[in-house]
Amino acid sequence: MPLASPDPRAAWLMRLGDASLILGHRMTQWLSRAPTLEEDIALANLGLDLIGQTRALYARACEIEGGGRDENALAYRRAEPEYRNPLLVEQPNGDFAVTMVRHLIFAAYATPLYERLSSSNDAETAGIATRSAREMAYHLRHAAEWTIRLGDGTPESHARAQTALDDLWPYVPELFEADDLDRDVAASGFGVDPSTLRGDFDAAVAGVLARATLAKPAEVRGQRGGKAGRHSEHLGHILAELQVLQRAYPDAQW
Amino acid sequence: MVSSIPLRPHSHPRAEERRQGRRVSKDAPDCTREPSGASFETPAARAPQDEGGAESGERERIAARAAAARVADPEIPVLTIDDLGILHDVAIDAAGQVVVTILPTYSGCPAMGVIALGVEAELAEAGFSGARVRLSNTPAWSTDFMSEAAREKLRAYGISPPERGAGKRALFAPSASVACPRCGSEDTERVSEFGSTACKAHWRCLACREPFDHFKCI
Repeated sequence: MPLASPDPRAAWLMRLGDASLILGHRMTQWLSRAPTLEEDIALANLGLDLIGQTRALYARACEIEGGGRDENALAYRRAEPEYRNPLLVEQPNGDFAVTMVRHLIFAAYATPLYERLSSSNDAETAGIATRSAREMAYHLRHAAEWTIRLGDGTPESHARAQTALDDLWPYVPELFEADDLDRDVAASGFGVDPSTLRGDFDAAVAGVLARATLAKPAEVRGQRGGKAGRHSEHLGHILAELQVLQRAYPDAQW
Repeated sequence: MVSSIPLRPHSHPRAEERRQGRRVSKDAPDCTREPSGASFETPAARAPQDEGGAESGERERIAARAAAARVADPEIPVLTIDDLGILHDVAIDAAGQVVVTILPTYSGCPAMGVIALGVEAELAEAGFSGARVRLSNTPAWSTDFMSEAAREKLRAYGISPPERGAGKRALFAPSASVACPRCGSEDTERVSEFGSTACKAHWRCLACREPFDHFKCI
């Protein structure tokens, strides 16, 4: 599978943007369906942050690429194989426990990622990362508090949180597996090698799981492929919903 | 620079008044105060030579900055973009056009487009046609950029202001106490980390029983 962009820095930023866009879109699917009004607003705000981060990442990628594409072209005019998000973020929302555990995993990965990226040799990327790191730390606190409340709650909420954790754990390794693109941008001082983030992730997640009385699942050979453009069946459905208007009426504006 | 918001060129009758020496009104905000870390001594800030040299160029720039500094946040109208610390730079480019640099706040904040339009309108009103607004991710905005005066305005408006440095809090560190903006009590509790806008969390006071917004710290 060729890179999503001829410039590895642009391709790498697009990959980060793909992860936050797809997860942000998943969050929007909760609107009007969350268990409480406060949580409905919270999930909408989590999605808004992620989609805002996506826009900044895509816009910077397009500037670096210099080929005239903009963030809308990346979001609305690419098919599944051109999306390079990890499989975790396209997994269905499931019940509230699945959504919160998925967000715990993602935020515990993205917080140290953006913290390291805030010393990128590209000032604009560093600036986007600095702001995103603070936002993802805020997300991590929210997801951690819910995971603890659910895990250390009723037998029903505990069982659902443990099931969510067991079901999503196979998608963890892909987040931290470095490929040639990761190594290339890390070596040049532009990006971050995700394999260096696993220690921070494990420490944050272990602290939450202990408080939540949840058992850390055994390490498994993970599900992988999204970072190389090989997706589960879920991404096509997400893109159908995300892109339908621009596909039916190209360049429509309102 | 991440993205430019293209603005329509303006031709406003007051442009002529300004060129003829109309002064900025006395009630304009103090435009000589510059937030720390902002650099206004860019080459672009130098005056175009055909308008009377460096001194008049600097007067133009100060007038343009004063106009931009009057723009209020659409969601918190008691604060101007200067109070928020997002009015980063006002410069005059080689063609004599005003270029205003603003720093985006929360990644998902939908107010940025409205703020850019507000800057455009305020500058047109002050007689600057063809001004451009650019968004810059450098430096990354933080609630620490808000002035003390801005925090006091927020409190008076009923929003509990952000604590300094709170965005760097560790995962399980206790949050700093948040005082009720109405009665001042610190006997408060958080209802939700997220509130009515991207920048607010929802709290309530256990002393006076009033709910209130707390500015999210990032």
